[in-house]
Parts: sequence; C-alpha cells; structure tokens
Amino acid sequence: MNFGSLDLNTIWFILIGVLFTGYAMLDGFDLGVGALHLFTKTDEERRTMINAIGPVWDGNEVWLVTGGGALFAAFPNVYATVFSGFYLVFVLLLVALIFRAVAIEFRSKRPMLWWRRMWDAGFACGSVLSSFLIGVAMGNIAWGVPIDARGEYAGTFWTLLGPYPILLGVTTVALFMMHGAIYALIKTEGALHDKLRGWINNTIIFFIISYAVTTMATLLYVPHMAARVRANPWLFSIALVNMLAIANIPREIHHGRDWRAFLSSCVAMIALMGLFGLEMYPNLILSNPETANSLTIHNAASSHKTLGVMLTIALIGLPIVLAYTVSVYWIFRGKVKLDKMSY
Amino acid sequence: MDVLILSRIQFGLTISFHYLFPPLSIGLGLMLVLMEGLWLKTGDAVFHQMARFWTRVFALTFAIGVATGIVMEFEFGTNWATYSRYVGDVFGSALAAEGIFAFFLEAGFLAVLLFGWDKVGRKFHYFATCLVCLGAHFSAIWIIVANSWMQTPAGFHIVGEGMKARAEITDYWAMVFNPSFVDRLFHALCGAWQSGAFLVVSVSAWYLLKGKHGEFARRSLRVGLSVGLAASLLQLASGHASARGVAKNQPVKLASFEGLYQTTSNAPLTLFGWVDEKNERVVGPKIPGLLSYLAYSDTSQPVAGLRETAPDPKDRPPVNFTFQLFHLMVAIGFGMIVISGLGFLYFRQGSLFQRRWMLWLLVLSVLGPQIANQAGWFAAEVGRQPWIVQGLLRTSEGLSAVVKANSVWAAMVLFSAVYVLLFAVFVYLMNDKIQHGPDDNDMLPAGKLAMPERSKP
Repeated sequence: MNFGSLDLNTIWFILIGVLFTGYAMLDGFDLGVGALHLFTKTDEERRTMINAIGPVWDGNEVWLVTGGGALFAAFPNVYATVFSGFYLVFVLLLVALIFRAVAIEFRSKRPMLWWRRMWDAGFACGSVLSSFLIGVAMGNIAWGVPIDARGEYAGTFWTLLGPYPILLGVTTVALFMMHGAIYALIKTEGALHDKLRGWINNTIIFFIISYAVTTMATLLYVPHMAARVRANPWLFSIALVNMLAIANIPREIHHGRDWRAFLSSCVAMIALMGLFGLEMYPNLILSNPETANSLTIHNAASSHKTLGVMLTIALIGLPIVLAYTVSVYWIFRGKVKLDKMSY
Repeated sequence: MDVLILSRIQFGLTISFHYLFPPLSIGLGLMLVLMEGLWLKTGDAVFHQMARFWTRVFALTFAIGVATGIVMEFEFGTNWATYSRYVGDVFGSALAAEGIFAFFLEAGFLAVLLFGWDKVGRKFHYFATCLVCLGAHFSAIWIIVANSWMQTPAGFHIVGEGMKARAEITDYWAMVFNPSFVDRLFHALCGAWQSGAFLVVSVSAWYLLKGKHGEFARRSLRVGLSVGLAASLLQLASGHASARGVAKNQPVKLASFEGLYQTTSNAPLTLFGWVDEKNERVVGPKIPGLLSYLAYSDTSQPVAGLRETAPDPKDRPPVNFTFQLFHLMVAIGFGMIVISGLGFLYFRQGSLFQRRWMLWLLVLSVLGPQIANQAGWFAAEVGRQPWIVQGLLRTSEGLSAVVKANSVWAAMVLFSAVYVLLFAVFVYLMNDKIQHGPDDNDMLPAGKLAMPERSKP
C-alpha cells in the first residue's frame, strides 16, 4: 500500500471522511430515533423520543452542511458532478430533511391529534427516507457510476437505483435504527426504556442481517472495494475491529451498559467508514465502467493555495467545534425530563 | 421553458423563501441579546418574560431558516454545476468557513438558549444567547463574502481554458475583502436588524391596540423602536455607501437601477416612474444632478449610461424590473425612517398609545423590511445579469450540463408545494404564539436562573 507522502489532497480526503463519519455517528442516531418514532404509541413516549434528540439534532445536521461545504471547497469537481448527477436523489433528500427538521419544531406546538399525527409521520418518514437516500448515494459511490470524458455523470436517475445501492440504503437505515435505539436507551427511563430494551435486539438482528448481506455482496460483486485489504492483509485488522465492535453491542446491552454499547456502535461506524475510505482512495468518484474517467483527489481538487487556507480554517475551527459539541452534550446529559420548554 | 430559465426561477423561489427567515434570526438574535442583557442588568422580571417570549418566536424562524438553508447549499451543485466547478476554489471556501465558524456556533448554543433556561446559570445562558446571535451574524458574513466576490471578484486568477477554466485564489484576504464586501455586509445586516426590530414593534403595537399585556408590550415596543430607528438610520448610510460602490464597481448595475442610458454629467435622480426599454428612456419626475452628486459628491461628474457600459442589449439586465425593485427598496427605506422616527417621537412624548392610527401603522411596519430585503436582493442579483460572476462567467454558462428540464420542473413543483405548506404552518403557528402572548409563569424565573449569580469570594 502506498499513500505517498501525506500531501494536502490526501489530508483533505481524510478530513472530508472525518466530517461525514462525524455526521453518520451523530445525525445517525437522531435519524434512527426518527425511524423508531412511529413504533412508540403514546404522546408522552413520542415527546420523550423527540426531546431525546431535541437539543442536539440541529448541531448534528451541521456536520452534513459543513461536509458539503468542505467538499465544494476542496473537491469542487466532485461536488458538481455528484450533486448535478444525483439530482433527483438529492432533491428528495432535501425534502426529507426539511420535513424532519420542521416536524421536530412544529409537532408539539399544537395539541390536536391530527396535527401531531401528521408531524409524527413527517418526522418518521423524513428520517427513514434521509437514511435510505444517504445509503443509496454511498452505494453508488462504492459501486461506481458512469462518468464521461468531461467528468460529468453519464447515467440517469434509474441508474442510481441498482440493487447494490438499494441494499446499502437498507443497511444504512438498519444501522441508524440500531444506533438510534441505543441512544434512546441512554436518554430514557421507566416503561419506555424497558420497551426500547426489547426492541433493540430486533434492530441489532435487522442490522446484522443487512450487514452480512452487504459484506457478501461487496466481496462477490464489488471486488474493487476489497482490493486494498486483499493486497495488504494487515488492514484486515480494521475489518476485525469493525466486526468485534458490532459483536460487542448486544453484549453491552445485555449487561445494561448502554453507553458502552453506543461507543461500540460508533467504533463500528468509524471502522466501516475507514474501510470505505481506504478502498476508495485516491478515487472520490469511481467511474464505472470507464475507470479512466474517475474523479480523484488530484484531478478534482482545488488549488494547493485553497487547500492550504482551508486546512488552516479547519485546524482553527474543528477544535472549537468539538469543544462546544462536547459541552452541549454535557449540559444536556442524563435522562429526558419533559417540561414546558420541551418539544 | 428551458433549463436556464427554470433553474433561475427555482433558485429565485428557494432563495426568496429562505431569505424571509435568516434576517429575522439575525435581528431577533440582537433583540434577545438586548432584552436578556436588560434583565441581567436590572433584574426586572418583565425583561425576563420578554426574553422568554421572543426566544420562542426566534426558535420558529430559526427552524425554518435551517431547513430551507440546506437547500441553498445543495442547489449550487445540483443546478449550477458548471458554475460550481468554476468558482469552487473561491466560493466553496467561504461556504465551508460558514459551516465551521457560524453554523456550529449557532446550532450548538441554540440548544442552551432554547432548553437551557433551567439548566445553566444566568451568565452562562446569556453567554449562549450572545454566541447564537454572533453565529447568525457570522453566517451573514461568510455568505456575503461569497456573494460579493461574485459581484466584484478579487484576489484570484483564471487557470485553464474553455470548459476547464476556473478561478483560483491568489490572495485569500483580497478575496474576502473584495471591493463590495464590507458595504454590502453592513447593508444586509442593517436590513436584518430592521426585520427583527420591526417584528417586535409590530406585535407589541398590536397588543397595545388590543389592550393586552400592557407592560410587556410597552417595554418590547421601546426596545424594538430604538433598534428599529437606529437600524433604519444606519441603513441610509449603508445604502448610500453600497450604491457608491455599485457606481464604481458595477456601472451597468447602477445605470439599470436608475434607467440611465446616456452617459451624462449632472445626471438626474428619478424619484419614481418607469423605464421605456424600447426607446431607452425613463419616464418620471427627476432631480437634476442628484445622481452625480450621490455617486461622486460632485454634480459635474459624469455617470456612465448603459449605451456606454453595455452597448449590446444582450449584456444588459432587464432594466425596468431592476429599476422598479431598486426604487421600491429605497422608498421603503425612507418610509421606515419616517415610521420609526414618528413612533419614537410619540413614544417619548407619551402620546403614542392614544394615537391608534400610528399603532396600526406600527403593526404593518413588519412588512416593510421584509419587502425591502427581497426587493433589494432582487435588484442586486437581477441587476448584474447576464453575469453569474461579474465579467467572468455568464449565468447561462453556469448551468449543470447533465440536468434536464423535466428534472428541474419536478424539483420546482416539489419545493413549491413544500414551501407553501411550510409558510402556511409558519403563519398559523406564529399567529398562535402571538395570540397566546407572553407566559405569566415567565415572570418568575425558575431553576438555576432563579438564583442570582454570586461573585466569588
């Protein structure tokens, strides 16, 4: 394996990976809580679910916004090709994200049953659809999409809905549901907590089945996504960490150590994204079938000057961002208690 | 309709709808800082009640602002991919800086502002309020850096040719402080402060008309009118500075604002009227020399007309449209000074509460800044057509190469339906909050806020 010297382009490849991993770990759980939302029945349970993520979901979504901005700045060709090429997928993703965001804000503002039902549905459907579409986009990037000689997407909307991307979409929904269930477990108590403890095994089973199918499909049909690990067997340790972290989740849940289960789930996501990044590098968008047209960290990047300036911005900004992310989670630690300020 | 016009309409629709909310967040953010600051300073519970009530209104505007803002970030890539490739090096970095410096700050401390009342001490809560306000202002800074660079590009060079050409940064700070940035930022911020202040003014005046929440309404009105008047006066200065910048940097736009075709010294300012684009003249009352004077402080200075700056009509924006929107904005700007000045005067005299017509005027005043903000941005953006990046890239050249008209149609129908729904819900919930009014329980701070901060021994 050769990463070359760690040049600015590679650093930005890693940083964008960090931003999207941060997004998956953080917004992943609140999308998952949204996906589980309709399984809760009483109004109080639903309010508890929403308030479990109430103070943090907005900050979590900023990871996506900043990831998108960073992609635009560091690799404008990728941003332009993917966003225009995946046009309708992204439009649907936007609509899903809008519904989800405003449903959280609007739902508990009025007491009528129809009103709350409507926003409950918006919140849940928006969350499931967002997770699914993010997975579909990832699946297409792993599988490779047709890119023409100009670097433009050469397929159609339907090209994007191949079986492998759909499989990854389902796996992402399953992953986020499991992740969200664990987070909800941490934030709740009493009857809802016990109920969630019952569901969590189902979400784990759902995820492990999807994960196994995805892994098998990847090895059989997407061999380029395993090539680097095959060539460098020591990298298999990352895959091992991933599997052990996933296996650890039911164990920690069984012992009632919800926080550790959540951390395991985060580690599993980091390892998954790490493997994804390793296999993609140095490609950002793999062209399939014309691999020569792939967008790489070199042919799609901004100038060195900009990458350097941006790195300075990131090095100043990220520590501050982490500091207040941590402090917000600290201030709102503990179980959810509903009061008049709650959603 | 072709992809170009559809994409322009789509961008116009989504940005106009989005821009109803961020100015309210910025302006209300400032109001919250003032109200909570007054509470901490005086310890008067009415200020606490005000901060709580207006925080709830703020939350509503903020949520829709965030939800519709993500659309904007995605749209550069989805609809304007060629533009994105061309400017990514420059524009992208401002957008990324906005995410890192502004959005995280806002989103993080918004949680403390909304839900932290009983969880943190008074000073920390106030700190969080200030940071949310600061974050909202930061986001304005970075997006206006990006937009101003498109109006007056600086600190870059062009690399590559034809389809491969793109702008790359050569001097980061020259890019950030491009010639129009400071004036335009100040201008947009004044507009945002006006939006927030006149919302407070409007709701308070309505309570006074209905004889409800007397003390709350009077105090809110005082804070609102003070900020509203100050912002309206500052807006006059910032508008003047911006217009001088346009005269210097974007003469085609200035000529379109005024419908000036023939380069002339002692150039007149048209008060109102319309532009007869076919015969290239303006109909309406004019003040001779005023345009020259405002642009260059000298009536004998010539102001360049469209025939000189854009001899080919294809290089001109829709002149009458730009003219009308610019004049609408200016008229409202002066109107806001009159309204807030009169309101402030009557308030000081103590006669405001008897003058019901004035209170009704104040109720309606909330529309002024919103209409002026929209009109001003339309004038600024339409007025620089046909360029998407002034002098470098035409709007028609910035489109996504692979996006078809039916996709843009589908997206537009979807966004329009969602936004109509959102707007209806926003109005409904806003009305509900206003009808409900301030909460009497908020007269008694609870939790950690109940305990005054003690200085350490």
